[in-house]
Amino acid sequence: MTEIKKHQYDVLVVGAGGAGLRAAIEASASGLSVGMVCKSLLGKAHTVMAEGGVAASLGYVDDRDDWKVHFADTMRGGQYLNNWRMAELHAREAPECVLELEAWGALFDRTQDGRILQRNFGGHKYPRLAHVGDRTGLEMIRTLQDHGIHQGIKVHMECTVISLLKDGDRVVGALGYEREKGRFQLFECRAIVLATGGIGKAFKVTSNSWEYTGDGHALAYEAGAELTDMEFVQFHPTGMVWPPSVRGILVTEGVRGEGGILYNSERRRFMFDDIPDLYKDQTADNEEEGWRYTQGDKEARRPPELLTRDHVARCIVRQIKEGRGSPHDGVYLDIAWIKEKLPKAAQHIQKKLPSMYHQFKELAAIDITQEAMEVGPTTHYAMGGIRVDPDSQMSTLPGLFAAGECAAGLHGANRLGGNSLSDLLVFGKRSGKHAAEFAKENGFGQINNDQVEEVTRQALAPFERAGSSDGESPYQIQYDLQEMMQRQVGIVRNEEDLLDAVEEIGKLRERAGKAASPGNREYNPGWHAALDLPNLLTVSEAVAGSAVKRKESRGAQAREDFSEKDEAFSKVNVVSYKGSDGEMKIESREIPEMGADLKQIIEEMK
Amino acid sequence: MATATFRIWRGDQQGGEFAQYQTEIDEGMVVLDAVLKIQAEQASDLAVRWNCKAGKCGSCSAEVNGNPRLMCMTRLNDIPLQEPVTIEPMQSFPPLKDLVTDVSWNFQAKKKIKPFKPRAPEPDGTWRMDQRDVDRVQEFRKCIECFLCQDVCHVLRDHQLHEEFIGPRLLVYSAALEMHPLDSEDRLDDLANAKGIGYCNITKCCTKACPEHITITDNAIIPLKERAVDRFYDPVRRLFRVLAGG
Repeated sequence: MTEIKKHQYDVLVVGAGGAGLRAAIEASASGLSVGMVCKSLLGKAHTVMAEGGVAASLGYVDDRDDWKVHFADTMRGGQYLNNWRMAELHAREAPECVLELEAWGALFDRTQDGRILQRNFGGHKYPRLAHVGDRTGLEMIRTLQDHGIHQGIKVHMECTVISLLKDGDRVVGALGYEREKGRFQLFECRAIVLATGGIGKAFKVTSNSWEYTGDGHALAYEAGAELTDMEFVQFHPTGMVWPPSVRGILVTEGVRGEGGILYNSERRRFMFDDIPDLYKDQTADNEEEGWRYTQGDKEARRPPELLTRDHVARCIVRQIKEGRGSPHDGVYLDIAWIKEKLPKAAQHIQKKLPSMYHQFKELAAIDITQEAMEVGPTTHYAMGGIRVDPDSQMSTLPGLFAAGECAAGLHGANRLGGNSLSDLLVFGKRSGKHAAEFAKENGFGQINNDQVEEVTRQALAPFERAGSSDGESPYQIQYDLQEMMQRQVGIVRNEEDLLDAVEEIGKLRERAGKAASPGNREYNPGWHAALDLPNLLTVSEAVAGSAVKRKESRGAQAREDFSEKDEAFSKVNVVSYKGSDGEMKIESREIPEMGADLKQIIEEMK
Repeated sequence: MATATFRIWRGDQQGGEFAQYQTEIDEGMVVLDAVLKIQAEQASDLAVRWNCKAGKCGSCSAEVNGNPRLMCMTRLNDIPLQEPVTIEPMQSFPPLKDLVTDVSWNFQAKKKIKPFKPRAPEPDGTWRMDQRDVDRVQEFRKCIECFLCQDVCHVLRDHQLHEEFIGPRLLVYSAALEMHPLDSEDRLDDLANAKGIGYCNITKCCTKACPEHITITDNAIIPLKERAVDRFYDPVRRLFRVLAGG
């Protein structure tokens, strides 16, 4: 058997973005030993990319806001497919979680009277997003990281988990490898929190980095846990489109929150042309009112650019498809126009959106204080993920917890901007707390050495294939998958393309079995890419298969062949799991009836 | 499509050499795009760190034609391509493989700096802060921990004084803590002694290298030096110490 380094922790956290860090801090606070594993260096996870802000109904800018409004906004944004208990807990607990960060050193932008400043964002009724210019995620991850390193957490950087280990039904460990030398690492633990983030790398145009290959989703699925809502992939409406090498990089919604407008090649503000009924009463019907809203006028309604992301993305796609796009297949996003309204507009933009200014200046040679940006949709976030208990965040497997993007439930069919940063705080904390409680009540399990041996054997197979004639580059297989997913499982879908995609994924899986990695085990990205492939294929199959199952258009799922909402699908979540025959099973599950008190809140806020 | 040549350092702790690669380049490409293209098409085991590809995570630091750069923010059309483009790992840290270096020292050294300690909150459990006071510290908190400032610092790069000096990144971190409107910890003794702030001779190489344009020397290091000088070398205080028999 290959040499394996062993570690033992009461709680193991996989992933060190906001959710993982918050979970580790919480588990550690209960006096247990905590290990944290992350694919990259500490502080580089995708949380760092979050720009706009963290949603919490602190009510500092508009005192009409409270948890009930936030709850109703989140449910409306998710088209009522959300796990309503998670939406309730999230709305109730987000404010205290944000204040907790301040006590750990986070420095948010301030109001005139010295409190935390909050900004407008799509789908949020009141200004609700605590922020730091447009680098809120960096502030949050650094605060959690700098606090976390003093809490006795053992961090394993540049280490990737490739399999969960079970003792009966219970998850009792994990096997991974560290990048530097390629040595295997065995983690024995009483409880595991998965906080591995998203699946963006299944698509060609994405704001996600190389890491987001659906590891947590696939690890949980392979171990026998259930995934849910996988058909709902959020395409953020505004990614960069030019030059080609930066296509997909995020342009924060904060640009629109600060007054940025979308228009087409005819200079028409097309968002005014299509306002969904659900939002008619809350949306401005003229440009002047929209502008006043972005400048804090409490009587004004929000401009249609700040409708939910699913809707804005689809409107942009329609403009491009119908020939009214910009030269590089996008539309225009313009913040420079505010100079008509504000003195010193250029300085104002640089202060409010410093990293956007910097990003466009350096990567596209465009000065956003003077000219419009070209933007188009980019794969951004997975609403779907591991199915968890809303209170404890435990998956359907004992001892396995999940939090942040890799868990599902809070966002339903569409996530509101700002709700992911609050999600990772609220449910990172909860998962850490409950994993610690589970660990206190349960001892270490038995590690199955046969399973360990089999996993390591398979993991080393790409090296053996390096010399063989039919060995294939893992990069090429990944590229072909991304092209196919973008084309067939993208923003607008239909049955034929989806079924074909499922078949294509089967063929790609065969090719992945031949992925070959020349070189040795030391820091070998080709090998790492080969090991990520099966995860990408699993989540891709779940996305395509669940999209077939949901024969309607709702939230982030838009079907050409079922272009309307269907009442029958308004009461179900789509669940995927590994059947006893090894094949993926996909079925509908009824959403439990919401309590009368929450129903009443939704009615009142309509 | 045009072609360009890249000389990339390939090797590990034992040593290495430059390997030459030719690849096609497209409009708007950055150095990291070229490296990833070479990795995907010609050298699948070429080791490189990267994440966000938008200058926000600070993973892809390297030396491009001798300049400390984030590869993801260095456009090829800003570099002369008639000559091969040389890409090397950062030189202040031990090489691991190819463009990847062992930066773990930065994390260990950070852990030894006294953490944030807030003053007591107001009766409602929160704090009021003025935006002006926050602004000053936010400049330091923009740091993406790319460690390019550590890479170009003579004290670390040429003199390898990693045990005695924490370097510009961690002085910026210390300044952010020291000037935090809520912080009540005292780190000056430590900075003057264990953290070696005196080693910095203000050549401002770090400020020039910073991709986030943090004014490291003027706004972070010099004020910290002044505070240390005030406390330890102020003649009035020295006199007072002598009179007090200290």
